[in-house]
Amino acid sequence: MKYTTETIAVGISAFLALLGVAFARDDQFAAHMTVLFFVLLVSTVLLMRRINFSTAAHVQMADDKSGYFDEVVRYGVIATTFWGIVGFLVGVVVAFQLAYPDLNIEPWFNFGRTRPLHTSAVIFAFGGNALIATSFYVVQRTSRARLFGGDLGWFVFWGYQLFIVMAATGYLLGITQGREYAEPEWYVDLWLTVVWVAYLITFLGTIIRRKEPHIYVANWFYLAFIVTIAMLHVVNNLAVPVSFLGVKSYSAFAGVQDALTQWWYGHNAVGFFLTAGFLGMMYYFIPKQANRPVYSYRLSIIHFWALIFLYIWAGPHHLHYTALPDWAQTLGMVFSIMLWMPSWGGMINGLMTLSGAWDKIRTDPIIRMMVIAVAFYGMSTFEGPMMSIKAVNSLSHYTDWTIGHVHSGALGWVGMISFGAIYYLTPKLWGRERLYSMRLVNWHFWLATLGIVVYAAVLWVAGIQQGLMWREYNDQGFLVYSFAESVAAMFPYYLLRSIGGVMYFAGGMIMGWNVYMTIRGYQRDEVPIPGSAPAMQPAE
Amino acid sequence: METYTAMRHFADSWGLVFLFVVFIGVVLFMFRPGAKKSAQDAAQIPLKED
Repeated sequence: MKYTTETIAVGISAFLALLGVAFARDDQFAAHMTVLFFVLLVSTVLLMRRINFSTAAHVQMADDKSGYFDEVVRYGVIATTFWGIVGFLVGVVVAFQLAYPDLNIEPWFNFGRTRPLHTSAVIFAFGGNALIATSFYVVQRTSRARLFGGDLGWFVFWGYQLFIVMAATGYLLGITQGREYAEPEWYVDLWLTVVWVAYLITFLGTIIRRKEPHIYVANWFYLAFIVTIAMLHVVNNLAVPVSFLGVKSYSAFAGVQDALTQWWYGHNAVGFFLTAGFLGMMYYFIPKQANRPVYSYRLSIIHFWALIFLYIWAGPHHLHYTALPDWAQTLGMVFSIMLWMPSWGGMINGLMTLSGAWDKIRTDPIIRMMVIAVAFYGMSTFEGPMMSIKAVNSLSHYTDWTIGHVHSGALGWVGMISFGAIYYLTPKLWGRERLYSMRLVNWHFWLATLGIVVYAAVLWVAGIQQGLMWREYNDQGFLVYSFAESVAAMFPYYLLRSIGGVMYFAGGMIMGWNVYMTIRGYQRDEVPIPGSAPAMQPAE
Repeated sequence: METYTAMRHFADSWGLVFLFVVFIGVVLFMFRPGAKKSAQDAAQIPLKED
């Protein structure tokens, strides 16, 4: 491959980053640009080593035999596995920081900096890479067309990794605009916008050039995810930078408008990033792994439109009992409750795809992983609307119940469906007959599932206890507990939830090993899962 | 805040009606004659090839 232009562009960018260090208006910008400079410098060197100086006619296109652009998907699977393990590890660290405050190492590894590192690592680095990789795989297969834009796919992949590195290092340096799930400052936001537009072009271009007349439902979900995230990202990050070469910016909105914009973004990041995108995954990988079509295709279309029509209005439930107008709070609550229907419609559709093949849950650990994902999707989309009811929210808001709810969705639904997709894709993409070990998938399944159960159950108890302690009055009208007492009471729960997190992380490590050995081409010598292979018939 | 008031009234009247009608249209479209056959064909798309 000839990457001459790209190499020059990255080299010049490295030089511009160096200029950014020299002329920075503040120390944080200088530090962040130093990071960028070294990242781009190493990238330039790596790219230069790969330039092929022979004439164009001799450059062999390293094409996939299938005719699809799968190399970027292979990189995506590795990146997903890697960032997943990193994100889970940071999660374990922050969980222990809550239990043992001495683990807060100032200034870089304070909870205030490691927490966004964890959330962004799991949502955007792990989840985002899973979505980009699977969407590139699914859109090519279901459109029967090669990915549009040639090397644009590489730009999307590497550009997104650069965004992750800049966001993560920025948090540790203390650079944040303090918006939940949108912490990166203005210049990193601008970069993500460029990458995201390129992503939209590759995805939409592939759909436009499709050879299959119908656009399969998984692509609708992926497209809704890409388009909506573009809109949310741009509006939520409208801000005026203080200086051209400094980190600080001010939001275009003020007060309660700013809060509502933030939670319109924040909840739809859940709705369109963590739900719609992964539903696209569900509608492709469950039928593939089970080798049966989706239970009801018409239900999947209604699921799609109902979900996207309702989700966009649910954000105000994050601002119950605040300065947000009462009608807006009620609107958010009502739409959240209505979301029950499409969510459960989708869950039933996913589960019933196995109708007539329920034995696969016993014999195929990958199917089991996908099924538990859909089951957790059902559970957390039941819990969420319930928590959005104002009376319930007055107890649950600001407590660890919310954190438990988020994790049953994130670890249970997003994590498990992604693991299922990774286990499906790895042997396919590297041309292996099967995974290194199905027994290890089974271990991963049980560690992850038990980890989530421990985590969610403990935080239910913790959250309700917190909520009750905060609202406990004595007969003279005084609060019974000080806030610090409610914090101290959390210690056993924080310890137990850390153990749940360690179990989930251990499952992730097992997956990493399994994926690595599969890519290397090994097959573990093991007894097959009972019932997974057709039983031998005795000779007549 | 005249613009705000006007936009809010538009949103909770005509905007609401428009979105609701579009949604009902989508649902009815899924139950048109022949929809079942084409839906079953579409559901086979992922299974057609590797």
